[in-house]
Amino acid sequence: MQQVVSPEHLLFEARREQMFITGSEAVREAIKRANVDMAISYPITPQSESMHLVGDIYKEGYLREYFRGENEFAVMSAIAGAAMGGVRVFTATGGPGTLRAFEMFSTWAGARLPIVCAFMTRGVNSPLSIQPDTIEMAFMLDTGMIILHAENSQDLHDMLLKAYCVAEKTDVHIPVGVFADGFFVTHTREKVEVPPADLKLPPYNPYSAPVPAMDMENVPFRQMRDPFVMKSNYISYAAHASWQQEILAAAERSRKYLAKYLGGLVDVEYADAEVLVVASGTAVSVSREAIKLCAREGLRAGLVKVKSLRPFPAEEIKLVTRGAKAVIVPEFNRVGWLCREIKAVVEDNTKVVGGPRVFGGMTMPAGLIISEIRRCFA
Amino acid sequence: MSEKKINIRMSGLGGQGVVTAAHILGAAATRDGLISTVNPFFGAEKRLAPAESYVRISDRPIYERGEILNPNIIMIFHPHVITMGKCYTMPFFDGLQQAGILLVNAEQSLSLGGKDLVKLAALQARIYYLPATQVALESGGTELATNMAMLGGLLGITELVSREALRESLAERFGGGKFVASGTTAALDDVLKSKFAQFDQLLEKNMEVVESGRRSVWEFRIPGAVSA
Repeated sequence: MQQVVSPEHLLFEARREQMFITGSEAVREAIKRANVDMAISYPITPQSESMHLVGDIYKEGYLREYFRGENEFAVMSAIAGAAMGGVRVFTATGGPGTLRAFEMFSTWAGARLPIVCAFMTRGVNSPLSIQPDTIEMAFMLDTGMIILHAENSQDLHDMLLKAYCVAEKTDVHIPVGVFADGFFVTHTREKVEVPPADLKLPPYNPYSAPVPAMDMENVPFRQMRDPFVMKSNYISYAAHASWQQEILAAAERSRKYLAKYLGGLVDVEYADAEVLVVASGTAVSVSREAIKLCAREGLRAGLVKVKSLRPFPAEEIKLVTRGAKAVIVPEFNRVGWLCREIKAVVEDNTKVVGGPRVFGGMTMPAGLIISEIRRCFA
Repeated sequence: MSEKKINIRMSGLGGQGVVTAAHILGAAATRDGLISTVNPFFGAEKRLAPAESYVRISDRPIYERGEILNPNIIMIFHPHVITMGKCYTMPFFDGLQQAGILLVNAEQSLSLGGKDLVKLAALQARIYYLPATQVALESGGTELATNMAMLGGLLGITELVSREALRESLAERFGGGKFVASGTTAALDDVLKSKFAQFDQLLEKNMEVVESGRRSVWEFRIPGAVSA
């Protein structure tokens, strides 16, 4: 039997136990303590093990319902239905699975559903790859979801639990995607600290929803009949415009909760440094290694770890980069989506160094970042 | 105090247990109070395809992720990794650090190309051989214990982890019903467990294989190389 405790107790006060586990197992440990009612799975490398393990804890009685859907689109649709029904849900996917289900992510946000979904990032075809690559995050940034990026298994575990706490606030009540780099997190075994397994979050209160459930055909909110779809007139345009702004505003309102639970949208180390490295996900870890080795040469670079991409820490980054002479943005993808985001908010963005970029599953040698740090100090 | 960090790359063929060996070694290091991270690298997994795993062990936090590009120790679980290039890196010792260690599962020394030996000599590499598959068959009664023999061989060269920690990690990996492996790995686990009537027997046999591997490892001197 699990005991319901406050999120604050579970997340910050309960004495934690150390486990030597993979990222996939860290997902299991989080969901075990998240008081999830229903999970729906569909396998895709490198995510498959996570939802398999969630199936195992369903068998042990930690969840009320669990099944495997027909494909990712069906899973994300069914998850939407369950969330509209007023229960707490969980699912996970990654890479091509994310793209296959893509329409649903904006639908979740538009319907104000507080779904928590883990994304185990993977290269997107073609040519085929099952290896880590964060390209899908570029596509996800404008779905209306809150987007968090875990650096390691500890982050993944903690962010999943915190995601429910943020998503279900009445003035937020939109979906949260917790992203973790495939293999580099999911299949990497390391020390993770978890609260006792006999504690869990309070249950979801469906009356926390700020809007009635939005169904296609049924009252009180009939999308197919009421102005959103069926009328091409001023009422329809106005309804859409205000609704879309409200979704963005909901994400904005999540900042105070992200500050409370995540300790802010960014973590900054040595903010006064002349050279800053700004990164998210496992690129943060590689940056830490590079910064550590550069410090031995007397080159002290600073680090900005971006934990939340949506909402984006625009003010935080603008302020912290103001005094730096160079800003290096290492990424695990080809397009440099984080660099685009950073360039949009740094005041003199000619000082932003886009890269190094490693993709298609390659490991990023710390040496690539070290070379950039040396060049920027020179 | 300077950081003591060991990077180990295990290259083998799917089904030989490189991922499991890495898991057990990393768990043992953690039990000994060190910090370790462990991760695999493979394509769509299938038996006999190249598979690699990586173990990082340090007394400080470990930040690197993914493949180990500059190992101190390379463990080759099958001669085909070298002779047939079933490997993610070419040559198989690519990135080996100065004075690094090679441990190869082979019944006798392999005839490495002249260039390879010259490069290894320049690196002052130490090369060890171990007939791990034979050891596994003779001491454990199954070649599925090849990975345990390789871990034994590693401990015969350098005492990275304590015997007690290794034993406890083995017990944890094969003991409870809790561990979820991928489909093919789970099938191999079942084969292994079916060979032993009792869990204690499986554990003892594995430790015997480890001991036997430790005793059977031998160093190959590169002709003409100055010893490190």
